[in-house]
Amino acid sequence: MYKAKVIVKRKPSILDPQGTAVEKGAENLGLTNIKDTRIGKYIEFSINVKNEEEAKNEVEKYCSKLLANPIMEDFVYQLEEINEA
Amino acid sequence: MKPKFGVVVFPGSNCDHDAYYVVSKIFNCKTNFLWHKESDLQESDVIILPGGFSYGDYLRSGSIARFSPIMNSVIEFADKGGIVLGICNGFQILLEAELLPGVMLKNKSLQFVCEDVYLTTHNYKTVFTNNILQNDVLKIPIAHGEGNYFADKQTIEKLENNNQILFKYSSKDGKLNTEYNPNGSILNIAGITNEQGNILGMMPHPERCCDPLLGKTDGTKIFNSIINTFNN
Repeated sequence: MYKAKVIVKRKPSILDPQGTAVEKGAENLGLTNIKDTRIGKYIEFSINVKNEEEAKNEVEKYCSKLLANPIMEDFVYQLEEINEA
Repeated sequence: MKPKFGVVVFPGSNCDHDAYYVVSKIFNCKTNFLWHKESDLQESDVIILPGGFSYGDYLRSGSIARFSPIMNSVIEFADKGGIVLGICNGFQILLEAELLPGVMLKNKSLQFVCEDVYLTTHNYKTVFTNNILQNDVLKIPIAHGEGNYFADKQTIEKLENNNQILFKYSSKDGKLNTEYNPNGSILNIAGITNEQGNILGMMPHPERCCDPLLGKTDGTKIFNSIINTFNN
């Protein structure tokens, strides 16, 4: 059993109006040093497979086909083995 | 011969009944609803992917609907040249299914826009536009939060060279500039087709302006174009 932690980010070339809007909030808070706010997604799940290779295959398929849209997003992930209770 | 329409219903579709009403009652075509869990297209000649918020727009608009069982049949149908019209969320689903190139980003304004817009037509020789007169500017409503069409440079060039950009947001008299762009989409793009021209995705809602009772009927020009194709 493996646990995956995935971060999906917009590609640098894609505008992030949500990040821009949130940054306006930072300005209103008086945080004038904040720059380049970009909003992404954090996703975690477990994978019921025996070895790391299989786990990687599953995560990459899940990320590239569904969790991220490769036209506008990149993803990074971490895998860790977890003991079944 | 009049074409038979199939209107796909996803959980969260909310323009499915409008589309059904227009093609079955205004145009008197045989029409079936197609539930997303089914895979039988019931011999439809034209498939409509309606507007709405399929699967609550979770993850990204259209991203989960794209894996519904019915979509495998729709993709197979489209690959064989079947006519597919994706409206609003339907357009987003077509992009996620890679039946059309590009993605939808949040509107530049970050606001949901719901208003009438004007559209210019840029290719009159398609199954979706053959009934539109040259230089006719269409008035059709939009209602979306993510209609900011984006694609990389090569894709846009390809769309332009193949005349795949069917509709652009314009002024009432057909002027094209950013002032008349409601969502920030590249080149004011409102609707595109695939290379073969049998799949159209558009953000404006033609099904909302067909019944004269509603005061606007420019949507009929698009449905008439589709129906014309089957008469000839």
